[in-house]
Amino acid sequence: MSLRPDTKTELTVRRSDEVFRRPDVDLTTKLGSVTFPNPVFTASGCAAAGQELDQFFDISELGGVVTKSIMLNARSGRPTPRMAETPSGMLNSIGLQGPGIDAFLEKDLAWLAQRGARAVVSIAGGSVDDYAKLATKLRGQKGLAMIEVNISCPNVEDRGQVFACDPMASASVIQAVKRSAPSGVPVFAKLSPDVTDITAIAEACVGAGADGLSLINTLLGMVIDTDTMRPALGGVTGGLSGPAIRPVAVRCVWQVRQALPDVPILGMGGIRTGLDALEFILAGANAVSVGTTVFGDPSAPIRVLDELAVALAERGFGSVAEAVGLAHRPPLVHVPEEPDPVGDSEPEPRRPPTFEEEA
Amino acid sequence: MPVQVQGEVLSIRRIGAYHAMTVVAPGMAELTRPGHFVAVQVGGRESSMLLRRAFAIYDVKERGVYGGTVEFIFSVHGKGTAWLAERRPQDKLDLVGPLGKPFRLPADPVNATLVGGGYGSAPLLPLATMLRDRGCKVGFVLGAGSADRLFGQLDAKRIATTIEVTTDDGSAGRQGRVSDVLPELLDRTASDVVYACGPMAMLRAVTAISSERGIPCQVAVEESMACGIGVCMTCVLPVVGDDGLTRMVRSCVEGPVFLGDRVRWDDVGTVPEDVVGSITAQAAH
Repeated sequence: MSLRPDTKTELTVRRSDEVFRRPDVDLTTKLGSVTFPNPVFTASGCAAAGQELDQFFDISELGGVVTKSIMLNARSGRPTPRMAETPSGMLNSIGLQGPGIDAFLEKDLAWLAQRGARAVVSIAGGSVDDYAKLATKLRGQKGLAMIEVNISCPNVEDRGQVFACDPMASASVIQAVKRSAPSGVPVFAKLSPDVTDITAIAEACVGAGADGLSLINTLLGMVIDTDTMRPALGGVTGGLSGPAIRPVAVRCVWQVRQALPDVPILGMGGIRTGLDALEFILAGANAVSVGTTVFGDPSAPIRVLDELAVALAERGFGSVAEAVGLAHRPPLVHVPEEPDPVGDSEPEPRRPPTFEEEA
Repeated sequence: MPVQVQGEVLSIRRIGAYHAMTVVAPGMAELTRPGHFVAVQVGGRESSMLLRRAFAIYDVKERGVYGGTVEFIFSVHGKGTAWLAERRPQDKLDLVGPLGKPFRLPADPVNATLVGGGYGSAPLLPLATMLRDRGCKVGFVLGAGSADRLFGQLDAKRIATTIEVTTDDGSAGRQGRVSDVLPELLDRTASDVVYACGPMAMLRAVTAISSERGIPCQVAVEESMACGIGVCMTCVLPVVGDDGLTRMVRSCVEGPVFLGDRVRWDDVGTVPEDVVGSITAQAAH
């Protein structure tokens, strides 16, 4: 394997380019007990349950399809406006609108299974018991490859305190899900970056049995409309996503990889290109999710996969696995050359340069 | 089924306060029906503006000299549309479309009234042509704040048997709102159907006037959206379904065309308590 860290390629891979053939790189990646054919997934809340994106590319070509967080009951979400565009990002306040787990299993998961996609079902609840019930419902479901637990939800039993902001609460949810979830299906905890020390939450989740971690959820943000002079979102605050948060996400992946070297990580936060995906992988992610970018470019996940394969090949990688966490290796130390031991002469004193006479 | 294409700007021209942009977009024209919209990437591939801008499709040509084209009308509102207004022929533009559900056409030759507010008339003009070709009599009501914000007046005059024009400032047609002239026109032309596109307040008024007369009314709504393809859940509004239950539905895939009397206009911008999956309802359980 040769590393060429100075490679700077403008990636212009296009799906419409019929002659494009993905370079021969082993793209498989292991998340817990499951091996996925490649490391590019959709992100929860940015791909619904795959059907809409399947109009633009074959959804089963992705490593996995992470579905929008599903709750026990149907939910109407928050009032509009639910969205505000921000520099290189967006703020959303949807409020987990969805059909409820039963309708989801019957329609959405069944469709994904029939389509041959690997579904990563994201679940969300208002209490530990909600999460346990949701995990129980997932037993024996075809097409289910993995469970992602969205713990960035207010705990109705603890004055609306968000689970993901407290190590104990996070651990209780993960423990409950692990007890109820079908065996052989990895359970990943999706963590919020809005904490003082993300590694403390990560360690609590892994201690409670999480098979891996999804990093990161949105950051809490706010926009005020200067015409109405009121908050731009109906829900007042919202989750910030998109390339604006990428450095935060990369930092979280880096810190968690350092603290927990052996725990699988699904990384996400503003991935727009194959090089962005590679950045997460080098920081320690075993796979990545393409989220907000999909809103502006519905074929982005498959493009990112193509670009990532090219980027890996260009750098001499034979597999994704070789690149995971590689940025953690010690820097190459530049050793200054020893003065030539042969010859005892003093170096000649430097002569000042001479210049031509002015004409 | 929508397509994503790297299009090329064929022309851009000013029409009053608006811009009309024609883009060579292979594969899109033949799929487009009146009421469909197109979502346009702004700022280029490295843009800090991540979200597409959605515009009703005005005109399509399946076989132009340069291939199929789509044309849409827009007004400069912010950075995204300002960027779009600076595009010139041969510039590249990433389009996704046609999106949404188009207007439904009557099976028989009936009397139709089309109501457009501002450049909301853009999708109504191809609809009018289609209705006329089916033997329908078409009446138009066009309204805007001022004369330069009226769109398609000449085309409408050519297609329609009746036309009324209103402006808020009286700079063209009658001073007032479309709702001031609509009742009389509906009665005079014995309208069987109404189609409307424009600001939400106008759609609400048109729906009320049509409903009073028992005339079915289809409206194309304007809701701000992030994706246009049904994945982001930002463009929802409360709409009553066939089962009588209200749901927060996506205007991009279940709309933008709705039956006017199914939209709960009073509750747009809120989540009514009786909506399916209401948080208030769940808290009560």
